[in-house]
This record gives sequence, C-alpha cells and structure tokens, in this order.
Amino acid sequence: MSHNQLVHAVDILLVEDNPGDVRLTREAMKEARIAINLNVANDGLEAMKMLRQEAPYDSLSLPDLILLDLNMPKMDGREVLRLIKSDDQLKHIPVVILTTSAAEADIAQAYGMHANCYITKPVELDEFMEIVKSIEGFWLTVVKLPKNPSQ
Amino acid sequence: MKYPANAVDILLVEDNPGDVRLTEEALKESRIAVNMRVARDGIEALEMLRGEGGYADQSLPDLILLDLNMPRMDGREVLRQIKSDDRLKHIPVVVLTTSEAEKDIIQAYGLHANCYITKPVELEEFMEIIKSIEGFWLTVVKLPDGLGK
Repeated sequence: MSHNQLVHAVDILLVEDNPGDVRLTREAMKEARIAINLNVANDGLEAMKMLRQEAPYDSLSLPDLILLDLNMPKMDGREVLRLIKSDDQLKHIPVVILTTSAAEADIAQAYGMHANCYITKPVELDEFMEIVKSIEGFWLTVVKLPKNPSQ
Repeated sequence: MKYPANAVDILLVEDNPGDVRLTEEALKESRIAVNMRVARDGIEALEMLRGEGGYADQSLPDLILLDLNMPRMDGREVLRQIKSDDRLKHIPVVVLTTSEAEKDIIQAYGLHANCYITKPVELEEFMEIIKSIEGFWLTVVKLPDGLGK
C-alpha cells in the first residue's frame, strides 16, 4: 500500500450530535497510525461557525476532512453540505456523510449536493469502529487530500 | 460490510492501454461482480454517459474512474461536465492520475471530484490502489441506486 507521507497531523471536523458516536469515533481514531486532531461540532450551526472561523473559533484552521451526520438539531447536515459545497473557501474540503439513514432519497440527494461519499453508520459497535477505521484508512492514506489554501 | 447484490458498473476513462489492463486484472480478483467499461478519452466518456453516438442503450455506471491527462478532451473538462449535469452529477467520480500537482488536486476537488488518487508507478502498488478503491467504494460506501437505470 502506498501510504501518503503525512508529515503534519490531519485535522478532522466531526459534525455529530450523538455523544456516544462522538466518543466511539474518537476512540477508533486514537488507534490510528496517523496523528489526527479531531474537532467536534454538535450541530450544523456550530459546524458553520467553525468552518467560517467566526468567534470563538477565529483561531481554528480549516479541517482536511469533514465527517457529517445528516439528522441534527438547529441546522441539519443537508443544509451544512449545501453551504459547504457552494462556498468557494470550503468546497474543496472532502465531506464524508456518516448517518444512520439508508434511505435512497437521502443517498441520492447527498451525492447530488456533492457529498464526497455516503456511509451508513452500523448499529453494532465493532462494525461502527471498523467503518471509522475504513474511512481513516482510505481518506488519510490512499487519497490525496487538498492542502488548505489558507494554511 | 455488505456486498452489493447486483454487479457494479464501473466506467474507466483512461487512454493508457497498460493502465486499463492492470485495472481490469485488479478488478477481476474482486469478490464483487464488476462490469467494467472503458472510454479512451473524454469525448467518448461523455458520449457513453449521455447515451450518444453508438452508446444509446447503455445504463449509467455506479462509479467512474477518471484520468486527468487525455487526448481530445481531458479529465478536468469531463469532470466539470459530469458535475454540472443533473442526470450525472450524483455518480461518484474517483480521479486517478499520475499528477501530484497541488493545483490539480485542489482544482479537482473544487470541481466536485469525489476523491483524488495518484497512480503509483510501481506495479504492485498500482494493483493495491485499485483494490483499495474497490474495497472502499464498493463495500464501505453507499452508492446511489442507479438513478438512470
């Protein structure tokens, strides 16, 4: 396998309102061979403030990868996806949809709105951890991520 | 991880016959049934995707593997046209190219490439990369359910 030489830690923004899923994602990523800085937004509004570097997030750098839940309070993932992919400062950042929904309508809509990929969260714990590791293995070692122009 | 019940249709857009052959061989070893079609340049790819030319009865692919540097119409233009076409834009496009230029990477993501992967020169690594793409996109990811089928 040709692993990219990632010299710096990879910044991941997890947009997720379920504290259990946040904790499991964090644990799965701790076992990674790659240094990961994981920031968490608990809803869509907070995610957009972080991505637009609005106070109190004005010193936060843009993430290299976004993991986005669809169903969240305040602003849901569909609206966050639409805003990211129509913003010239943000649209290059890969967005992985990670949701419990397996509805065809959600899948088609997300790809139509330029989600980079769509993954359904398994309910079973071991499978959930495997999925997070698959995302990490593919997106952080196989794929070339864009370098953020702002960094 | 679930395996798709039906064969997965992949369109490979690639002008290099060596890379086409290696991709075919790597996919043959797959546990998933894959139907791979090949377009040799961007114009042929768009004809296949739009059912033009001699391709009237073809269904849309589930996944597109797209080279960037090709004769007649390059991959950037193909990507731009796919991602601005309401009939095609839901199909995931994996850019697979020898270019490691930052400019190409950021431009491809800005044009809504689903992911960008550089082709390794070394044979074993190339085969591994194709298997990684297959493993991730065909077993981990939910692909859209062939809207054009």
